[in-house]
Parts: sequence; structure tokens; C-alpha cells
Amino acid sequence: MTSWLTAEWPWYVAGPLIGLFVPALLIAGNKVFGISSNLRHLCAAIAPGKVEFFRYDWQRAGLWNLIFLTGVLIGGFLAFHSSAVHDVAISAATRNSLAALGIHDFHGAAPREIFTWHALLTLRGFLSVVVGGFLGGFGTAYAGGCTSGHAISGLANLELPSLIAVFGFFAGGLAATYFILPVVLGGV
Amino acid sequence: MTTPLVSEFDGCGAGSSGQQAVRPAFLPVYLLLGVAFGFVLSRSEVLSWFRIQEMFRFQSFRMYGIIGSAIVTAALSVALIKRAGLKAASGEKISIPRKELGNGIRYAAGGTIFGLGWALTGACPGPLFALIGNGVTVMIVAVVSALLGTWLYGKLRPSLPH
Repeated sequence: MTSWLTAEWPWYVAGPLIGLFVPALLIAGNKVFGISSNLRHLCAAIAPGKVEFFRYDWQRAGLWNLIFLTGVLIGGFLAFHSSAVHDVAISAATRNSLAALGIHDFHGAAPREIFTWHALLTLRGFLSVVVGGFLGGFGTAYAGGCTSGHAISGLANLELPSLIAVFGFFAGGLAATYFILPVVLGGV
Repeated sequence: MTTPLVSEFDGCGAGSSGQQAVRPAFLPVYLLLGVAFGFVLSRSEVLSWFRIQEMFRFQSFRMYGIIGSAIVTAALSVALIKRAGLKAASGEKISIPRKELGNGIRYAAGGTIFGLGWALTGACPGPLFALIGNGVTVMIVAVVSALLGTWLYGKLRPSLPH
């Protein structure tokens, strides 16, 4: 078995591979790489209501992207079940920082102290999953893109709006990491 | 604020720059690319809450190396495609629509709100779906919540500064 396929990939392999999805989608069908437009397509498909933002032909605009997204889910499943790695090898410094916040489970992709169905009923689970997800969905729609649409596609096309958005991503992310998470995780 | 036309499709992230519907024969290509992307997100550990924390705490170069080299690779590819004036396999001429700056508030405010969610959940939208595939099924709730957030934005859009 080739071990590189089942082990964690170094950044200089993973990064360029992620970047190559931009030209791959352009060359396949003149499509711009961006995941979160799917959230809009799903709203348009499920509950457009009388909201102008959702009144468009979502199949024409986004069927390809929803199919891409279905692939992402399947790819995650295949990777998980063929993985030789069960712990994410984060730095000792991060381990210590998180332990100080009460995180002790370092198995898997996300700590089970927060990201299980059971923990959903706790304040930390609710804030991380429900509130975090909501802010992400609202923010990406308002900003017109997420990490894929702005940070990768947008910056690759040298767009000033994307640069502003990426500064925002980090401003919000740092604020949540240093000021909100310590309070959220206080009760672990 | 004018209401969005499908032709200036600028919704969330990106959309189709062309107006042609995708021919069914091409759909499996997008499925395969998606599978590859989900696999890469997993092996790169970009989908990990731990890696996102490590990044926001500046305790490892890894995530910055990944995002930085992804941008450089994508930018070089886009420049080459533009210079060569390539056509897509579907026959369309490749063109990337520019984003409108406006007063910039939507990018600063929306970006910051998105960032709060990114750090709280420890995942952006692509990884969210890959995580469900990785067995973190509670992220289904995060997706539903994100849909509610996007829907509320659509509802409030006419009264928000852009």
C-alpha cells in the first residue's frame, strides 16, 4: 500500500493541489471555484419564498456546484475510511493552549468535547455548531464568498474586494479565537 | 440597492460566469473533482478544528503554507489561462467576472462575520461537508444553521449596506 495516500500530506503538496481546483473548474466548464454559493443555491431550491436574492434558476446557475459539493462529502468519506492517521499532529504549543481551555480529546478532526450530537445540548456545543454555522452562512452570503471564493479564487484573480474580505475573515477569526472561545469553552 | 440579476450572479463565492447550463455529460466531471477536493481537504487536515485553532494562534506555519501556496498556484494558473486565451472543454471562452467593490462594506462586515463563524465552528463551508463525510455528523446541524444564516441575509439584503 502506498503510504502517501493514507498519511497526512505536507503543506507544499496540499496547498498547490487545492490551488489547482481553480484552473480545473475553469478548464472543465468556465466555472469559478467557490463552495458557499451552494448555500444560496440550496436556499433557492428549498425555500426561495418571496426573497429576490433566491429567485433565479438555481439549476442552471448551480447544479454543477451542488454536484461538486456532493463529491466533497463523498471524498471526505473515502479519505476517512482509508486513513492511517487518527490524530491531527498539531504543535505542542497548540495542544497546551487548548488544554488550558479544557480540551483534552485530541483524536479525530474535531474535539468530541464540542462536536458530538450529545454536546450539541451544551452551551459550548450550541455556540460552536449552531451559532458558528449561522454566522458563517450569514457572513459568507453578505461578503459574497468564503475561503474558497474569496481567499483562493478571488485573490488568484487579484481582486481588491477579496483582499478586504480575507482581512475580515482573519479579523473575525482572531476575535473569536482570543475573546469568544475562551468564554465558550470555559465550561468544558 | 438593485436586485440581483442571474446574469450578474455574485451571490456567495462564485457562480457560473457563463450563462450556458451545464450539459449532463459534464456533470460526472464535477462529481469527480468534488470527490478529489474532499479527499484533499481531509489529507491536508484543513478540515480540522485543531488545525484552524493552530492557525489563528500562529503556532504553526502549516495552514499559512497551504493557503499561500494554493493562492500562488491558482494565480499562476489563472494568469496562464488568460494569456493563452483558453477555451473551456465545454466550448465557452474562459472569463472570470470581476467582483464589484461598491463601498466595500459588504466585504469588510460580511468577511468579519464569516470569520467569527469560521473560528467558532473551526470549519469553512467546504470542510463542513467533508467533515460530515469524515463522520462528524453533527456538522449537519452546522450546515442547516448556515443555510438559515444565508436565508436571513437574503431576506435582509435590501436594507444592508453594500
